[in-house]
Amino acid sequence: MSDSPVTPVLRTVGLTKQFGGLIAVRDVDFEVPEGSISSLIGPNGAGKTTLFNVIAGLFDPTSGYIEFMGRRVVARPERSWLEPVLWMTGPAVLGASAYGAAVAGLSALVVEFLLFAALIVLIGVLILASVRPTWYVDGLVRLGVFKSARPNDMVAAGIGRTFQNIRLFANMTATENVLVGMHDQLRQNPLDAVLQTRRQKREESEARREAARWLRYVSLRGHDDDLARNLPYGDQRRLEIARALASKPKLLLLDEPTAGMNPSETEAMMQLFARIKSELGLTILLIEHDMRVVMGISDRVTVLDHGEKIAEGAPAEVRADTRVIEAYLGKGAI
Amino acid sequence: MRRLWRSVLFLGRDSRLRAWLKPWTDSLNTFSKGHQSLSVVLGMAVVTTVLPFIILFPPFAGFATQGDWVQGFASAGIFVLLALGLNVVVGLAGLLDLGYAAFFAIGAYSYAYGASPFAGTHFPFWPLLLVGAMVAALFGILLGAPTLRLRGDYLAIVTLGFGEIVPVVFRNADTYTNGTNGISGMYRPALPVTGTFLGLNPVPYYITVAVLVALAMVFLYRIQDSRLGRAWMAVREDELAAASMGINTVTTKLLAFAIGASTAGLAGVFYASKVTIISPDSFGFTVSFTILAMVVLGGMGNVWGVAAGAFVVYEIQSELLKQMNGFVEHLNLPPINLGVTTIDLAKVDFLQYQFLLYGLALVGMMLLRPEGLFPNRRRRAELHDVDDAEAANQELVEA
Amino acid sequence: MDVGTLTQQLVNALTLGAIYALIALGYTMVYGIIELINFAHGDVFMVGSFVSLWLLADFFGLRGPINNPAELVGVLVVAFVFSMVVMGLVGVVIERFAYRPLRNAPRLAPLITAIGVSFILQNIIQIWRGPAQLNSPQLINVQAGFRVGSAEVHWISVFVIAIAVGLIIGLHLFISRTRMGRAMRSTALDREAAQLMGVDINTTIAVTFFIGSALAGAAGVVQGLYYGYTFFTIGFQGGLKAFTAAVLGGIGNTTGAALGGFTIGFIEVFASQAGYANWSEAIVFSILILVLVFRPTGLLGQPTAERG
Repeated sequence: MSDSPVTPVLRTVGLTKQFGGLIAVRDVDFEVPEGSISSLIGPNGAGKTTLFNVIAGLFDPTSGYIEFMGRRVVARPERSWLEPVLWMTGPAVLGASAYGAAVAGLSALVVEFLLFAALIVLIGVLILASVRPTWYVDGLVRLGVFKSARPNDMVAAGIGRTFQNIRLFANMTATENVLVGMHDQLRQNPLDAVLQTRRQKREESEARREAARWLRYVSLRGHDDDLARNLPYGDQRRLEIARALASKPKLLLLDEPTAGMNPSETEAMMQLFARIKSELGLTILLIEHDMRVVMGISDRVTVLDHGEKIAEGAPAEVRADTRVIEAYLGKGAI
Repeated sequence: MRRLWRSVLFLGRDSRLRAWLKPWTDSLNTFSKGHQSLSVVLGMAVVTTVLPFIILFPPFAGFATQGDWVQGFASAGIFVLLALGLNVVVGLAGLLDLGYAAFFAIGAYSYAYGASPFAGTHFPFWPLLLVGAMVAALFGILLGAPTLRLRGDYLAIVTLGFGEIVPVVFRNADTYTNGTNGISGMYRPALPVTGTFLGLNPVPYYITVAVLVALAMVFLYRIQDSRLGRAWMAVREDELAAASMGINTVTTKLLAFAIGASTAGLAGVFYASKVTIISPDSFGFTVSFTILAMVVLGGMGNVWGVAAGAFVVYEIQSELLKQMNGFVEHLNLPPINLGVTTIDLAKVDFLQYQFLLYGLALVGMMLLRPEGLFPNRRRRAELHDVDDAEAANQELVEA
Repeated sequence: MDVGTLTQQLVNALTLGAIYALIALGYTMVYGIIELINFAHGDVFMVGSFVSLWLLADFFGLRGPINNPAELVGVLVVAFVFSMVVMGLVGVVIERFAYRPLRNAPRLAPLITAIGVSFILQNIIQIWRGPAQLNSPQLINVQAGFRVGSAEVHWISVFVIAIAVGLIIGLHLFISRTRMGRAMRSTALDREAAQLMGVDINTTIAVTFFIGSALAGAAGVVQGLYYGYTFFTIGFQGGLKAFTAAVLGGIGNTTGAALGGFTIGFIEVFASQAGYANWSEAIVFSILILVLVFRPTGLLGQPTAERG
C-alpha cells in the first residue's frame, strides 16, 4: 500500500461500528489526502454508507476514532454520564439549600428566592447543553468527558455531504435549499430578523446572490424558485451538491452521486467533480458503484468488503488486486 | 352534493371569479411581496375597522348587539394570537404540541402575580406583557430542552402531559394560586390618553389585541424569511438532512418552542387583564385542542390563514353556536313537517347541541379540506413522519 | 405501610391498571396500524359504560347485586358481549366516516377529526342521559371478598383483573395465531407491501378498530361494575391516562400497553395512599416525561419502530 504523499484531511483509526450482532465496519484505517478525489468502493452491504455516516457524525463508533484536520472529532463517548451529573449539581444544591432554609425556619422569601434561583440555573444549564458552545465542549474535554461531534458540528468543522437516497427539503425552493446549506455562514440572529436591521437585509440579499451563484455553478439555471420536489431527478442530485457546497466545506462526502444516471449525465457529473477539485480546491470522498467514474477520476481507491478494508491504492493497483476481484465476482472467478 | 358544497364554501376557487379578479389580486400580491410588513399592518387596520360594521348587517345583526360582537372579537383576538404562536411550533417547525394552553396559563398567572390584590402588586400592564411572554418562554425551554429529542408522537404526549400538569399545579398549590377559585380582581390596563380600560367598553381591548396581532404577524413573517425560519422548515422537512447541513436541530426546535410559548404568554397576560379573573379550569386540554384545530383548519404554516382559521373557529364555537337560538328565532322558519314528526327549529335548544355541532363542523371541514381552509400555496405543510432513528435505520439498511 | 395495606393497595392498583390496560390496547392497536392517535377512543370507552348501563339498568331493570351465580354469569356474558359488539361497530363506523377518507391526507387532519368525533360522542351522551353522574348496577357484590392475611380482597377486583388478563391473552393469541392477526401485523409493518401481497387493507383496519373499540366497550362495562357510576366526561380522563399507558409501554406494542396500564395503576394508587391524590395526574405525567427522556421509545418500544 502506498503512503500518502500529502497530509491527510481525514484519518480513521481502527474504526469499528457494530449494530447489535452485526459488525458493519471492522477495524478500518484509512486516510483521505488533502486535495484528492478518493473513492470508497465495495459490494452491496460492505459498510460504505455506515462508514460515511460515522464520519458525518450520525453514529458513534463502537471503537476507534476519526481525526479531521488533525483534530479528533469522532470517537466512542467517554465519561458521558458526568455531563448530566454536572448539569444537575447546581440546581440540586440550590434546591437542597431551599429545603434546608425551609426546615431551618428561615423566611419564606429566602426559600422562594433559592427555589427561583434553582429554576433559573436549571434553565441556563439546559440551554447550554443544547447549544453546546465551543468553550463548553472544551471545558468538558478538560474534565475527561468526550462526546462525538454531532452532524452539525461536523459541518462547522468543514465536512459537507450528500445522501444516497436524495434528501432535499422537498417543500422548499431550490434557492431556499441552498440557503439552508449556508446556515453556518450566516451571522444574523432572530432579533435582527424581527427588527430587519441593516445587517440582516445586507446579509440576506448577499446570501441570495450567493445561492444563485451556487445554483449556476452546478448548472441549475432557471430553477431557483421551483420546489425541490418538482425538479427532475438529475437536477435534484445537482441541487444536493450545491447545497453541500454552500456550507463551504473542506471535505465533500458524496454518497453514490451518479446512481441512476445515464452515461451522458454521468459524464457531466464527473466534469463537475473535477471542477470542484480544481477550482474550489476541495477534497472529495465518494462512494460509487460505477467503475468508470471510480477509475476515471479517483486519485485513490479504498475497497471495503464485509466491513473490512481489503485493498487501497491508485485505481490501477486496486483493479489488479486479486482480493478485490474475488470480493466482486466470488471466489471461483480467479 | 359534495361538489355543490365545495362551490358554495369556496367561491374563491371558482375559475371565472378568479379570472375576473386576477388583475387585482396580482397587483396586490406584488405589493405585499415588496412591502410585507406594511401590507400586514394595512390589512389588519382594514379588518379591524371593517369588522365592527359588517356585523350591523344581516344575518349577523340577528345574533348580538354591536357591543357584544366587539367584545367577542377582542376575545377572538386572543385566540388568533395563540394560533399564531402554535403555528410556529406545529406549522413551521413541525413539532406536535398538545399542551400549548399551559403557556397561556403561565402568561395569565404571571399577570395575576404582577397586578392583582391577591398578590398585593400593581405593576403596569404594558411591561407585564413582556414579562409574561418571557416567563412563558423560559418554561417553554424548561419543557423543551429535555424532551425535544423525542420523535413526533412521543413529543405530543409529553406536551399533553405538561399541559395537564400545569393546571394541576395551579389547582393544588393553594397558598400561591388560591386553588380552584383562581385569582380575581386583576387590575385593568391603562393608557395615558384613555385612562384605565373599562370592562363594559370593549373597544380599547379590541384595538389593543388588534395591534398585538398585527405586531405578532409582522414579526412572524420576518422570522419566517430569515435564517431561523428556514432552519425551522428544514427541520420539519427532514431533520437528519437539516443536521447534516449544519443546523443545530435542538437549538432550532428549542427556539420554536420558546417563541411559540412567548406568544402564548403574551396572549395569557392580555386575557387575564381582560377577564380579570382566572382559574386553572380555563386552561385545560380543550383549550389546547381548540388552538390546534384553529391552526390545522386555517392551514398550517400560513400566517394569514392561521389567523383567519382561528377567528372563524372562535366565532363558530363561542359566538355563533351560543347565539344559535336567537338567530333561528330571528329567521322565523316555518316548522318542517316530516310526516312522522314535525321539527320546529325555533323550539330546538341549540345550546344543548353546541359541542355536537362544533364536532360536526371540525369533522366536516377536515373532510372537505384536509389541508386547511387557506393552505400555504408553496408548502402544503405536512408533518414529516420520517424520524431520526428510522431514517438512520433506512440508511443502514441501504448501506 | 403494613403488609395488609400493601396487599390491599396492590390489588387496587392491579384492578385500576386492568381498566387502563384495556383502554390502552385500543390506542396502541390503532396507532400501530395507521399511526393515528385516536383521541376519540376514550369517549368510546365512555359510551361503552353508558351502553352497558342502559342494558343492565333500563333493559333488564337491574338495580343491585345478583346473588344467584348462574343468573349472574348469564347477565355478565350478555352485558359484555352486547357492549363489546355495539362499541366495536361504533368504532368501525367512526373509522369509516371520520378517518378512512383522510388516510392519505396531511398527518394532522385525522387528529382533528378525532377531536371532533370526541366532542360529538360526548354531546350525544349528554343529550341522551343528561350531564349528571348516573349510578350503574354493581352486579357483583362489591363488599364480598376473602381475606389474605390481614388484607381484604374483593371478588370484584379478582373478576376485573381476570377479565382484563383474559382479553389481553385472547388478543395476543388472535394477533399471533390467526390469518387476520397476521394481516394486521403485516399492515402495521408496511401497508403498501401488505396490499401487494393480497391483504385487504380496509377490512384489516376496520377489524383493528372493531377489536380496539370492543375492548374499550369491555372496559366500559367494568367501569360500571367496579365503580358503580358513570358520566359523560369520564372518557377524557380515562382516555388520557390510558393513552399515557400506551406510550409508557411503547406505543404500537400490545404487551407494552398492558404493562403501561398496570404501571399507571400502581403509580396512581400509591400516590393516593401517600396522600397526594390531587397530584396523581401530575405525578403520572412527570414519571412519563422522565421515562421518555431516558428511554425515548417507552418501556418495551423497539428503538427502530417496526416499519421501514
